[in-house]
Amino acid sequence: MAKQLHPTPMLDQLESGPWPSFVTGLKRLAKDKDYVVDLLGHLEHSYETRKGYWKGGTVGVFGYGGGVIPRFTEIKDEKTGQPVFKDAAEFHTLRIMPPPGMHYDTATLRKFCDIWEKYGSGLIALHGQSGDIMFQGCTTENVQPAWDEINEMGFDMGGAGPAVRTAMSCVGAARCEQSCYDEAKAHQKIVNNFLDDIHRPALPYKFKFKFSGCGNDCMNAIQRADMAVIGTWRDNMKTDDELGKKWFAKHGMNELINDVVNMCPTRALQVKDTKDVRKDAHISAVAINDTQSLEIDNKDCVRCMHCINVMTGALGPGKDKGATILVGGHGHLKIGATLGTVVVPFMDLKTEEDYDKLVELAQNIVDFFAENALEHERTGEMIERIGLVNFLEGIGLDPDANMVNCPRSNPYIRTDGWDEEVARINAKKQAAA
Amino acid sequence: MAQPQMRKPVEYFLDNKKFLHPKLAANYGNWKYHDRPRPGVLHHVSNTGDEVWTVRAGTQRQMDVHTIRLLCDIADQYAEGRVRFTIRSNIEYIVSDEAKVGPLIEALEKNGFPVGGTGNSVSMVAHTQGWLHCDIPGTDASGVVKSMMDALFEDFKKEEMPNRVRLSTSCCEINCGGQADIAVIIQHTKPPKINHDLVANVCERPAVVARCPVAAIRPALVNGKPSLEVDEKKCVCCGACYPPCPPMQINDPEHSKLAIWVGGKNSNARSKPSFHKLVAAGLPNNPPRWPEVNAIVKKILDTYKADARPWERMADWIERIGWPRFFEKTGLPFTKYMIDDWRGSRYNLNASNHVRF
Ligand code: HEM
Ligand code: SF4
Ligand code: SF4
Ligand code: SF4
Ligand code: SF4
Repeated sequence: MAKQLHPTPMLDQLESGPWPSFVTGLKRLAKDKDYVVDLLGHLEHSYETRKGYWKGGTVGVFGYGGGVIPRFTEIKDEKTGQPVFKDAAEFHTLRIMPPPGMHYDTATLRKFCDIWEKYGSGLIALHGQSGDIMFQGCTTENVQPAWDEINEMGFDMGGAGPAVRTAMSCVGAARCEQSCYDEAKAHQKIVNNFLDDIHRPALPYKFKFKFSGCGNDCMNAIQRADMAVIGTWRDNMKTDDELGKKWFAKHGMNELINDVVNMCPTRALQVKDTKDVRKDAHISAVAINDTQSLEIDNKDCVRCMHCINVMTGALGPGKDKGATILVGGHGHLKIGATLGTVVVPFMDLKTEEDYDKLVELAQNIVDFFAENALEHERTGEMIERIGLVNFLEGIGLDPDANMVNCPRSNPYIRTDGWDEEVARINAKKQAAA
Repeated sequence: MAQPQMRKPVEYFLDNKKFLHPKLAANYGNWKYHDRPRPGVLHHVSNTGDEVWTVRAGTQRQMDVHTIRLLCDIADQYAEGRVRFTIRSNIEYIVSDEAKVGPLIEALEKNGFPVGGTGNSVSMVAHTQGWLHCDIPGTDASGVVKSMMDALFEDFKKEEMPNRVRLSTSCCEINCGGQADIAVIIQHTKPPKINHDLVANVCERPAVVARCPVAAIRPALVNGKPSLEVDEKKCVCCGACYPPCPPMQINDPEHSKLAIWVGGKNSNARSKPSFHKLVAAGLPNNPPRWPEVNAIVKKILDTYKADARPWERMADWIERIGWPRFFEKTGLPFTKYMIDDWRGSRYNLNASNHVRF
C-alpha cells in the first residue's frame, strides 16, 4: 500500500475525455508506489504554477559516459531546503535503443515492464521523439541494477549529449512495398560501427542518423538527421496492368486526372491511348483499361512517390534501388531549422559491399564533423559556416547538379581555379566511361 | 581496486529479425501493394500471395506497465504475440488471419485504445517531455496532447481529411517535437532574468556567450562579481542560454505563450519537404486543457477539411490558395510578427507581382 495521493484537481481533468490518459496510468502506479504518488504531486505543482521544476546533473552507468538523463527536483521547502516531494526527488530516465522498425514480441515488453516495476517508476515511453525507449523515472541507486538487467536482455543504451545519437528506421522492407533498401540492415550496421561514439560523448555536438525506405520519409530523416538515408531508385517505375485497371475501375477518369496526373510535380505523367504510348527506354506505362494507359517519362520523374502512393501496386519503385544521402538536417537555433542537403544523389544498396560503403561514408562524415565543427554546432550549421564545397572536398565527394536547386546567382566569387577544375572533372568522366 | 563489483556493459545493437511477426519475416522486402479496408486497418499483399492486416491504435505514449501488459495480452490473443510502434507512438498489431481483425478492434476499443490513425486521418501528436521530465519546459507536453487528442478523437478514428494530417507539440522553441502540418510550440516572450549571485559559480561564461544565436550576451561585472548581461533589444528569447547557465531563468508562467505553426511536411510527395510557418502567437499557457489553443487548431483543421482537394497536404493546400486566403478563411490575423527577419529571410518575401485578392 502506498501513501495517500496528493490532491490533483488539475491533473484529474486530464482523465476525462476519450483519448487514453497518462494520468490514469500514473494513478494506477501510485496505488503501490510512493514514488509515483510524489511524482503526481510534483506534476500538479507544475500545473498550478505553470513552471517546470527539474534540473539536470550527472548520473550514469559503469562504462558509459551518456545515456541516462538525470533529473533532480527543484521544489524545496523554503525553511529546511528539503525536497517537498521527497519520494520523487530524483526522476532519471534511461534511454534504450529500440530494434530497427520498433518491432517487439510481447515477452520482451513484459520483461521491460517487470524490470521497470522493480527498479523504476513503472512509466515507459514507447517511444521518445529521438527514437529511444524512454524508461522514465528512477533513483540514482537504481539506475545501475535496472540497466544491468536491460542490458542482459540484449538491449543497449542510446545516446545523449554531444554523441552519436540513437538512430531510427521505418518499417520499410518488413512491411512496405515502397521500400528501396534494407533499412534495418543499414541501421544496424551503422549503429554497430558507432557504438563507442554513442556511449562516450566526445563530438562537438549531437549527430543523428535516420533511415527511410523511400521519399515518403516516414522517419522524418530529412528534417531531423545529420545524415539521412532516404531510399530511391534509378530505373523505370514498376507497373502492373491488372492493378492499374482495377484502380481505374474503382476511381475513374476524373480522379486519375485530378489526383494523379495534375499533381505530379514535374509533369512526368500523361494519359494516352495505349497505341500512342512512346516507345523509348525510359518510358513506362500502366494500362487503365483496354485502350488507355498512364504514360510515365521516367527521365522527368523525381521519385516524389505521389503517384505511387495513390495507385499502390499499379505503380511501384523500380528495381535499381539504393538511397539518396542528405546531410545537415536539424532543428537547432543558431541558423534556424535546416533540412538535409543532398551530398550523394544515389548510392547503390544491394550487396554487402554496398552497405559497407555506406558505413564508410558515415565514418568519413562523422570524422570530418568531429574535426571541423565548433563546440555545440550541428552539421547543418557547420556546412553553412564553411560552405558545402569545403564539406564535399573534406569528405572526398564530387559536386553534382543534384545538390542544388539552381546554380549560384550571386556574382561574388573567384573563378581562377576554373580551368583546373574543368580538366579534373573531364578526366574523371573519361576514366569512368 | 576501483569498483570490482561493477558489471561491464555488453555493447552491441540488435538485429530485429527475432521480433518480426513471422509473416513479415517470411515476406521481408517482397511486398507488392497495400490497401485500407477501413480506417485504422492496413492490408498488405506480398508477391508470394501472403496477406497481413495491420490494426493501428492510439496510446498515451507515456504508458504505465499495466497498460503495456494489457496491450501485450491483446497481442498474445489476436496477433501472435508481436507488435510494433510508429514514430507517433501508435501501436500496430500484425494479424495473419482476417477473421481476427474485427475481434481485435473490439478488444482494443473496449479497453480504451482508439483504432485509427491511418490514411487521411489526424494521427497521434508527436510530442516532447514538458513538465513531466524536461529541464527547460515552458509548458507540459503529455497534457496538451491529451487534450488535443480528446478534441480530435473523431478525426483520428475516421479518414475524412483531404490527406494525412500530422501534428506536433513542443514545450520550448527548441522544438524537439519537429515540423508538422500543425505544430503547437511554446515561446518565451521575455528575456531571461539573471540571478547575478549565482552566475560566477554555476556558469562557464564564454560557453554561455557562444551559445546565444544573436550575440546578445556579454560578460559583465555586477555588484563587483563576474556575471553576464543581456542586450534585451537583441534577445530573441530562445532560451538557449538557460541549459548551460540555469541562473538565466527563461521560464515565466505569465509571459510564456503558445504559438501555432502550419504547413510543415517531411514527405517528398508532390512538393519538396517544407518547414511549418507561424500563423498565431500569444496564446495563453492555460493548463490543464489549453482551450484557446485547441480552438484555433480545430478551426484550422475544419477549414482545411472543407477547402482542400483530395491528396493536398496542408502545405499543398496553402500553396494553391495562397497565404492571404489562408488568413481570410481561418479568420486569423496576419501581423508584423509573421514577416521573417532572420537569416535568409529574403527567400520568404514576395519578390513578384503575384498578389491575391
Ligand atoms: C539540457 C537541456 C535539454 C534536454 C534535457 C533535452 C532533452 C531532450 C529530449 C529528452 C529529447 C527527446 C524528446 C523525447 O524523446 O520526447 C530531445 C530531443 C531533441 N532536442 Fe533536446 N534537450 C535539451 C536541450 C536541447 C537543445 C539546447 C537543443 C537545440 C538547441 C535540443 C534539440 C533537440 C532536438 C532537435 C530534438 C529532437 C531530436 C529528433 O529530431 O530526434 N535540445 N531533447
Ligand atoms: S519511408 Fe517509404 S519505405 Fe519506409 S515505411 Fe514509409 S513509405 Fe514505406
Ligand atoms: S513519383 Fe514521379 S511520376 Fe509520380 S508523381 Fe512523383 S514525380 Fe511524378
Ligand atoms: S521542446 Fe524544449 S522543453 Fe520540450 S523536451 Fe525539447 S528541449 Fe525540453
Ligand atoms: S534567450 Fe536566447 S537570444 Fe536571449 S540571451 Fe539567451 S541565448 Fe541569447
